[in-house]
Amino acid sequence: MDDYRLRELLEVVEHNPKIPPEELAVMLGMSVEEVIQNIDRLEEQGVIRNYKTVIDWDAVGEEYVYAIIELKVALEDRSGYDTIAKRIAGFPEVRSVHLVSGDHDLSITVRGKSMKDVAFFVAEKIAPLKQIQGTVTHFVLKAYKEDGLILFGDEKPKRLPITP
Amino acid sequence: MLGEQITDKKKSGKISKVVQSIPPSGIREFFDLVMGRDDIISLGVGEPDFTTPWHIREACIYSLEKGYTTYTSNQGLAELRELICEEIHQDQRITYSPDSVLITTGVSEASDLAMRAILNPGEEVLVPEPSYVSYKPCISLAGGTPVPMETEREDEFRLTPEQLEKQITPKTRAVILSYPNNPTGAIMEKKHLEELTDAINEHNLIVISDEVYGKLTYNKKHTSITTLNGMKEQTIILNGFSKSHAMTGLRIGYAIAPEEIIDAMNKIHQYTMLCAPITAQMGAIEALQNGNAEMEKMKKEYNRRRRVFVRGLNRIGLDCATPGGAFYAFPSITATGLGSEEFAAQLLTEQQVAAVPGNAFGKSGEGHIRCSYATSLEELKIALERIEQFVEKSLLGRN
Ligand SMILES: Cc1ncc(COP(=O)(O)O)c(C=O)c1O
Repeated sequence: MDDYRLRELLEVVEHNPKIPPEELAVMLGMSVEEVIQNIDRLEEQGVIRNYKTVIDWDAVGEEYVYAIIELKVALEDRSGYDTIAKRIAGFPEVRSVHLVSGDHDLSITVRGKSMKDVAFFVAEKIAPLKQIQGTVTHFVLKAYKEDGLILFGDEKPKRLPITP
Repeated sequence: MLGEQITDKKKSGKISKVVQSIPPSGIREFFDLVMGRDDIISLGVGEPDFTTPWHIREACIYSLEKGYTTYTSNQGLAELRELICEEIHQDQRITYSPDSVLITTGVSEASDLAMRAILNPGEEVLVPEPSYVSYKPCISLAGGTPVPMETEREDEFRLTPEQLEKQITPKTRAVILSYPNNPTGAIMEKKHLEELTDAINEHNLIVISDEVYGKLTYNKKHTSITTLNGMKEQTIILNGFSKSHAMTGLRIGYAIAPEEIIDAMNKIHQYTMLCAPITAQMGAIEALQNGNAEMEKMKKEYNRRRRVFVRGLNRIGLDCATPGGAFYAFPSITATGLGSEEFAAQLLTEQQVAAVPGNAFGKSGEGHIRCSYATSLEELKIALERIEQFVEKSLLGRN
């Protein structure tokens, strides 16, 4: 399958992972076998890494607190940032870990049940690590957009119902 | 019924004969039925369901912040006209100078200007049908006489040289081409356009080519008739940003034509419009400079809906040509034994789906309905289910 169509397949699946292959086939002008084979292959190759469900936990009363935490790292040997980054990534409380440019080194997001929860986690698990020189914690007050998804509700359609 | 609203009102003699002679829009009646109801899925909308891409809206906002709130030259911002020339050169390999471009408030204004600039009283303009509803009134208002040319399902609603030649008289001044077509979705490929040029040349017709859906073609790239030998000198291109960049409400479009015609159009434009709104012109500049990615995204989405929807219609038993462009499907509903107004009215009351009766786009649209697939895939799927129920019921009723 050509690159253009492959890309389109990925674009559609990225936003609608639940569309059945029969329907994808019609949408994309492919055969059902083509769709299935390609998706299998893309999964195997790790191009499609995961299918994710975005849940609004607030809506079922499960309130989480999120914090973005800047970490300053002192490298202790030649292993570079990987060792410390992987170590931090191992905690389930940690939702993402990025090595970044600028005046800190790692940027991580942490999820907890309360601000205290998050603060303790940082104080007890992250700050004491010997490579960590300093932390700055930013609690998330409100999310407007995540992973390319706008969270503040669609704009209401303003079109008239019938136009020429 | 259609027309009652106007004829009911007492005629006071205040309205000019030509305006009185223009029939009310066949779409109006439906509009009144649908307006204000939110249980209806409307396939009746002739504009994108996407909002103008954010970067374009942002450019408009920024221009306001910077104080761009003035008139521009009548002809429109030079930068915008230059970009339009670059774009058509890239897209169609034809070269125009910015002096051949006039920025207008949409194709709507450009089409009015074109008719008024070229027509003498009583001259005829050939209009392919079914097609967009504005051409005929514009021709009448400019003192001309619209002459319909019927296009057929069996030709996939393309204009054939036979249909063109059949309607040419000594009074014929111009011919409208409107491809990709609203409401049929028909396109004219190069080979089809070539078949028309003999008649156009022989009778020295002016071509008014509405290419507002030119960016929205799905399998074959749009060909402008101006790319054919000798046609550039004969043609007024009408184009705009409404459909390609989802900018309908900004009211921005343009005409490209030989300078003599552009000058004539500008003569009218300067006294009636002065210039297109500067905010919209700024947005159009942004659209041409940075709008391709978003445009492609919207087009891909339309294409997926097109495939699902057209296949769905054909499965239901409503024969539908595969539209090559725009965002309309134009299925035949004759299998149900209903006329197009009946079909649309009953579909609306029984299944809460609004579509526009085909005869609103000319007599030869009878027997069809126009369904716009500029509507989310989820809604299209529900609409298909409802149409299926409706069709099944009306088929049962017949047998
Ligand atoms: C074929 C055609 N031409 C022109 C227009 C009007 O375009 P604009 O918004 O540029 O005035 C439309 C809108 O529906 C159309 O379908």
